Amino acid sequence: MTDFQYIGKKASRPDGPDKAAGKAHYIHDLQRPGMLYGKIKFSDHPHAWIKHIDTSKAERLAGVRAVITANNTPEIRIGFLRDNFALKKDKVRQYRDEIAAVAAIDPETAEEAVELIQVEYESLPGVFCPHEAMKEGSPLIHETDSQARPRTDNLVPLKFHHESGDLESGKRAAKFIAEGEFSTPMVQQCCMGTAGCIAEFDMNSNLTVWAKTQIPFLAQRDFNRALSDMGLPDKNTRIIVPTLGGAFGSGLDTHAYEYIAILLAYQTSSPVKIVYTRAEEFANLSPRQSSTTKIIQGCDQNGKLTFRHVEVLQDNGAYTSWGATYPSVMMIPATSLYRVSNVYFNARSVYTNNTYCQAMRGYGNPEHTWALESNMDELAKEAGIDPFEFRIMNRNEPDETTPMGLKVSTCGLKECLETVARKLDWKKKKNTKGKRSGKGMASLIHVGGGARIYRSDASGLTLKLDDFGNVNVFHGGVEMGQGLHSVLILAVAEALGVKPEKVLINPTDTGTCPWDVGTHASRGAFMACNTAILAANKLRSQIFELAEEVFPKEVEKNLKKFMKKNPGYKPPDFDVLKSAKRERFELCDGFIFIKDGPQESWLRMELGKLLRAIHFRSQGQMLTTEVFYDPPNELPDFERGFGNISATYAYGTQGAEVEVDTETGEVKILRMVAAHDVGKVLNSQGLKGQIYGALAQGVGYALYEKLQSQQGKILNPNFRDYKIPTVQEMNFPIDLEFIETNDSYGPFGAKGVAEPGLVPTAPAIANAIYDAVGVRIRDLPITPEKILAALKKSRTSKD
Amino acid sequence: MEGDVRMEIAFILNSSEVTVTVDGHRRLIDVLREQLGQTGTKEGCGEGECGSCTVIIDGRAVNSCLYPALEVEGKSVTTIEGLLGPKNELSIIQQAFVEQGAIQCGFCTPGMIMSAKALLDSNPNPSEEDIRDALLGNFCRCTGYVQIVEAVKEAAAQLKGKQ
Repeated sequence: MTDFQYIGKKASRPDGPDKAAGKAHYIHDLQRPGMLYGKIKFSDHPHAWIKHIDTSKAERLAGVRAVITANNTPEIRIGFLRDNFALKKDKVRQYRDEIAAVAAIDPETAEEAVELIQVEYESLPGVFCPHEAMKEGSPLIHETDSQARPRTDNLVPLKFHHESGDLESGKRAAKFIAEGEFSTPMVQQCCMGTAGCIAEFDMNSNLTVWAKTQIPFLAQRDFNRALSDMGLPDKNTRIIVPTLGGAFGSGLDTHAYEYIAILLAYQTSSPVKIVYTRAEEFANLSPRQSSTTKIIQGCDQNGKLTFRHVEVLQDNGAYTSWGATYPSVMMIPATSLYRVSNVYFNARSVYTNNTYCQAMRGYGNPEHTWALESNMDELAKEAGIDPFEFRIMNRNEPDETTPMGLKVSTCGLKECLETVARKLDWKKKKNTKGKRSGKGMASLIHVGGGARIYRSDASGLTLKLDDFGNVNVFHGGVEMGQGLHSVLILAVAEALGVKPEKVLINPTDTGTCPWDVGTHASRGAFMACNTAILAANKLRSQIFELAEEVFPKEVEKNLKKFMKKNPGYKPPDFDVLKSAKRERFELCDGFIFIKDGPQESWLRMELGKLLRAIHFRSQGQMLTTEVFYDPPNELPDFERGFGNISATYAYGTQGAEVEVDTETGEVKILRMVAAHDVGKVLNSQGLKGQIYGALAQGVGYALYEKLQSQQGKILNPNFRDYKIPTVQEMNFPIDLEFIETNDSYGPFGAKGVAEPGLVPTAPAIANAIYDAVGVRIRDLPITPEKILAALKKSRTSKD
Repeated sequence: MEGDVRMEIAFILNSSEVTVTVDGHRRLIDVLREQLGQTGTKEGCGEGECGSCTVIIDGRAVNSCLYPALEVEGKSVTTIEGLLGPKNELSIIQQAFVEQGAIQCGFCTPGMIMSAKALLDSNPNPSEEDIRDALLGNFCRCTGYVQIVEAVKEAAAQLKGKQ
């Protein structure tokens, strides 16, 4: 195995000191000269016709600069299916629908003005349950689609389906069958820094948006389209990404508030800032979708899986975001976690009058793995096989092709399972009567080499060398806290041969950085580092080529100086001119030298010095290189459920030991073990942070979090009533182990790791709860009330 | 706001005396961020739940989003900006956060560090439980808290070594 100089070591993040000093600038901290503050008037009804909007009082309030509605602004359609509008004209379909907006000289005036806007509605019956919304005669959320074609039902027109093998023969071959319906709630990303943006036009009507986004280049496309709708067809948007206070998927779409800021900025010829309060964020920023998954699996008498049948129903809410394509990821575990040859998968998404949903870390995988890995334990029990052994015998192996056509390169699932079993003392697991503690495990597969859910899955990167030997990096990926820039620095330093402190990452800006599809699907480090390696190799070739001429001259000067300082020094018999050939140069730690030459100090040249020699001469040159990398993966045919969506796949297993209080129903996690196939550790500190943090979100998903919605209204828009894990809930040991499978597609062997850490957490905990007290909870979060009710039911049924 | 009382208040901010005229309804966080340009203090919820806005007032960690600005009259306020050393170097606690990987998005970091400082100022030998108690009101969505607790332990050890 290659020895790396920087890769795999512990490295602190480059933005750490600024963040620790309070000097990192988030959207909340940014000001522009003459900036106004925008505020939005949201709907008072979940489903209603808008009869009249009276903005006259708001307009008269001192300090108000603009009040906009759909009646005095151009129509801007937004969203993945363009079924949403920046401002709503005729109808509201959810409580958070944007009806009007104000720009004012300060936030207080903007807020006061919004309260003065009066709206008359004609209320419509709403539908809030996805099952109800599918029934005939249910209130129609959208009367027409974006092409003005009439709609007759509430189904979102996206098909995700897979059938492989022969399901009937798989069922016939099954000796044991387990069936269950599992559900997951809406949960919020809960970024500590709330959403916001600043929009500003210059006098040429070009737009700059400081955006809390994970998709700067798709946002540029979306906003340019909006400019076109506004009668500015040839104008451009520049997106600048400030420091992000977390994202977790919430930045994968452009949002109505951003378009509203753009409209207000255009109307007022002033920069306009909109930042959500925490209550607004909970009520008006799209959460993770709720879902119901029906799963049936069977195995033969030896425990080998013979079939898997999965049906998913998602509550889309009122409009469609990219998050509606969760099933594109759900079908990965459905078809490819453990070997099963006869598979049926179908997912539907339905419009309701609930808040519309969007992406969150894991993108459908936590939802699906919750059902699948809970059901695996149920089936193991039916078959009388230990859940660990059952998983081992059905595990995936390297170099297999799965029913979905996923081409597995490396696969460390066996090692992950065995590591968790060993660390959790699985063999000491005893079903002693009356015990209240238990152990459980669950595994995962996830995209680890990009994810092509769009025509391009590419990423560009520019390396610009300057006169001082600095390597300026321009990359379109987004640092949102996950540590992308830390690993990018290590990758550039390693691949180019410079010290990490000479690698400087520039802010993500569509005006200066090459195109990147977005930082999602755990693709950030995989893409950025692969691209960095290509760029570094290209740059090394350029440097070595130019060094043929420059290096000998500079070395001659070096030698003269050296001889002056060291009289009597006899230089070794070495022909520099003959040896200075591109293939014989090496660049390491910022010094260029001849690989097989004598190790004399005067024969080593600092990169900056070489670059200056190349620059400051007749016909001088500066070195900048750009590469564009599109990974070897396929855009699947989602209606058939087939295609190798990612260049490689990440695996992992988590195990939990829990204690259940049968009096109160409370679950105490005693410890957790996580073993992840990460391909290769790039930055050990950053990687640990990613898994710890994701696992904490998994614990929240398992035990605490649920966005409560009643008749479309969010009932818990604050941290008092929406519980995220605090340092007290996370008070248990987490034992991490990274399995290095050194994937040939991965940069230095690495796979994407940002999402896997939360995918199997909830089923691992649920399986441990079952092991402890014998009740199976199928609806997240697993609250004490649900456990008590289940315990009561199991006692009654035993009596 | 109409009818609001405007008052001049004087207090010590990061060891310097400041005088500022504030509207009666303003919260300390507004005065710090908007009037005094100290944007290191972050507003995460505005309801005293998340701790992002934690500052130290007369030795106690306080949510500045719930604290009326008028009440700091005559008191001593320390914000994240006040932790840097004489050469603008990071303090031991800040450096420990950087080195232990306790920072990801960083939005909770200033508040987290201020709570840790208030703890270590009053209790140089905290147990892990003391640390967890002190950080209970500081939410973090990125890290799972593991490396944060490690950072506070490390800072405590280093501060002890210095004494």
